[in-house]
Amino acid sequence: MTETRIANVRVLKPSLAHEARAALVVWEREMIRFSRDRTRVFAQMVQPLLFLFVLGGGLGSLVSHGTGGLDFRTFLFPGVLSMSVLFTASFSGISMVWDREFGFLREMLVAPVSTASIVLGKCLGGATVATIQSIVVLVLAGLVGVPYDLLMMAQVLLLLFLMAFMITALGLLLSARVKQVQSAMPLVQLIITPLMFLSGALFPLSNLPPWLTVVTHLNPMTYAVEPVRHVVFERLQMSDAARATLDPGIWWGSFAVPVWLQIVVVLVASAGLLTAAVGFFSRTE
Amino acid sequence: MNQTVAGPPAVEAHGLVKRYKHVEAVRGIDLTVYRGETFGFLGPNGAGKSTTIKILCTLVDATAGTARVAGFDVASERDAVRRNIGLVYQEPTLDGYLTAEQNLRFHGELYGVDRATAADRRHEVLEMVGLWERRGDLVNEFSGGMRRRLEIARGLLHSPRVLFLDEPTIGLDPQTRVSIWRYIAELRAREDITVFVTTHYMDEAEHCDRIAIMNEGLIVALDTPEALKAAIGKDRVQITTADDTAAIAALESAFGLKAALLEGQVTFAVAGGAAFVPHLFEKLGVPIHSVTVTRPSLDDVFLAHTGTTIRDVESKGQFSPMAARYRGR
Ligand SMILES: Nc1ncnc2c1ncn2[C@@H]1O[C@H](COP(=O)(O)OP(=O)(O)OP(=O)(O)O)[C@@H](O)[C@H]1O
Ligand SMILES: [Mg+2]
Repeated sequence: MTETRIANVRVLKPSLAHEARAALVVWEREMIRFSRDRTRVFAQMVQPLLFLFVLGGGLGSLVSHGTGGLDFRTFLFPGVLSMSVLFTASFSGISMVWDREFGFLREMLVAPVSTASIVLGKCLGGATVATIQSIVVLVLAGLVGVPYDLLMMAQVLLLLFLMAFMITALGLLLSARVKQVQSAMPLVQLIITPLMFLSGALFPLSNLPPWLTVVTHLNPMTYAVEPVRHVVFERLQMSDAARATLDPGIWWGSFAVPVWLQIVVVLVASAGLLTAAVGFFSRTE
Repeated sequence: MNQTVAGPPAVEAHGLVKRYKHVEAVRGIDLTVYRGETFGFLGPNGAGKSTTIKILCTLVDATAGTARVAGFDVASERDAVRRNIGLVYQEPTLDGYLTAEQNLRFHGELYGVDRATAADRRHEVLEMVGLWERRGDLVNEFSGGMRRRLEIARGLLHSPRVLFLDEPTIGLDPQTRVSIWRYIAELRAREDITVFVTTHYMDEAEHCDRIAIMNEGLIVALDTPEALKAAIGKDRVQITTADDTAAIAALESAFGLKAALLEGQVTFAVAGGAAFVPHLFEKLGVPIHSVTVTRPSLDDVFLAHTGTTIRDVESKGQFSPMAARYRGR
C-alpha cells in the first residue's frame, strides 16, 4: 500500500451530459463484449448463410417460374439481412437477463442516472452490434447478383440499424419481465420465429391468403423489412411484372404506404417498446 | 471517531419498517451513525441487515419510517443519496467479461466522475487494494478475494461520503480478511468517510467504533464493543473435571448455575469469574483438572442478545445449550 495523494473527486451535479455519458458507457460495454466474443460472431453468422445459400439454392429451381427470371437468392437477400439482424438484436436485448443473473444489472440500475439512459445505451449497443454483424451477409451481395453500390449499402445499413434498434428494444422488454435464464432463449425463439415468418422476409407480400395479409400488416417487422427490400430492388434490373409480384410494397387497403411512413411506423414501435422496457426496469428492485 | 465534525449524521433512521409478503424483515428501527465512524451491523441470518442496508441505499422502499443518508432523504432525494454512497453488495456485481480497470471505468462514467481526475482516481483505488498490476486482466480470471477487493475499490471510486459494505469478507481467507480491514482503517485515515459494515465475524466487529446487533428485525443492542462487553457483566468459566456430568449437576445444586458441555469442557457464565474460582474448588465436590476464566467477548454479547452464537448461525440453527441458557435471561 502506498501513500498516494487523494485525488479529490466529487460526483457532478445531475445533467444531460451525465446521462449521455452513462448511455455511452453502457453502449461501449456492449462493443467490448461483442469484440471479445468470436464464437458469437461466428454462430450468429451461420444461420443466415444457410438460409441464403441452402434454402435459397434448394428452392431456387422450384420457384424460378414465379420470380420472373430473378435468382431466388437475390430475392431472399434483403430478407436474410433482416434475419441476421433479428437473431443478433433479439439476443442482445435478452442478454439483460444474464446481466441480472450475474448482478451487473444492479450495478447499472443503482447508479445516480435515469433508467432510461441505461436502457437506451443498451439498446443502441445491441443495435450497433446487430448492424455490424449484418455486414458479414452484406459483403456477399455480389454472389447473389446484388450490385456493390455504396449508396445502397449505406442506406441498407441505416435501415438495418433502425430494425435492429426495434428488435433490441423488444428483447429488452422481454428481459424486463423474464427473470429466469433458462426460459429466456426459448422465449426469444418463440417470439422471433413468427416475427420473421410473418414479415415478408422470406416471401413476397403479394397474393397472400387474407388472414396472412392481415397478420403480416400488423407485424412491425414487416415495416422494417420492406424498406430494405425497396432499397435493394431499386438497383436491380427486372420486368415491371416481376417487380409487382416480388416487391408489391405495403398497402393499407388502396393506400400504398410510402417508405418514409414505413420508417415512421418502425420508429414509433421502437419508441413504444423502449418506453415500456424503461417502465418495467425502473419498477423492478 | 469524529463525532464533532459539523454537518448532518451519516445515517439517521426513524421507525424503519419493511414488510414483505410473508415476513416482516425490519420491524421498526431507529439508528444514528455519526460522520467518520466505522459502524458495525451484526445479526444472525435473516435478521434484516441486508434489508436495512437496501432501504438506506434506496434500493427498496421502506414500508414505514424515514431515513436520511449523508443528509438526504432516501425516499425523496434518491439520486442525491446514490451519488453520496458507495455500495458493496453481499452478492457479486462485477462484469466478468470486462477487465478490472474497465469495470472501474464503467462505474466512474455511470457516476459522472470528473474525467480530469478519473484516471488518477482509478489508479489510486486499484493501488490501495493491491490490484493495480492486474488491472488489465479479465475479472473472470480473478479469485474470490480479488473480486471482493475490486468491488471495494469500485465502491470507493466516486469518493462516497458513506460506504456500505454488506459482508465484505464473507468466504475469504484470514489474510485477505485482515487486509480488507486494513484498507477500511486506512480509508478512514485518508478520506472523510463513514463506513457501515455488516459481518458475521466477531473479531472483525472489534474494529468498529460502535456496533448494532440486530435480531428478528429489531436492533437489540447498540454501543461501543467495550461497553457492550462490560454490560454483559458475566465472565465465561470453563473447567475440565474427573466427572463432567456430576460437575454440571453440582454446579446447578450448589451454585444455581446452568452449565453445559462445550468442546469437552464444562462451560458456564458467572459474574466475577476469577473471584468465583476458590468457591468452586471448595464446594463442587468433583475433582477439577483445569480452570479457564475469560472476560466476555463479543461472541458472548451476540449470544446474550440473540440467543444464538455466531457458530450456530454458520451451521444454521442447531440446538445449543449455551443459547438455551442465555435465552432464559
Ligand atoms: N425480496 C424479498 N422478498 C421477500 N422476503 C425477503 C426479501 N428479501 C429479504 N426477505 C426476507 O427478509 C428477511 C431478512 O432478510 P435479510 O436479507 O435482510 O437478512 P440478513 O440479516 O441480511 O441475513 P444474512 O445474514 O443471511 O445476509 C428474511 O426472512 C428474508 O427471507
Ligand atoms: Mg444479508
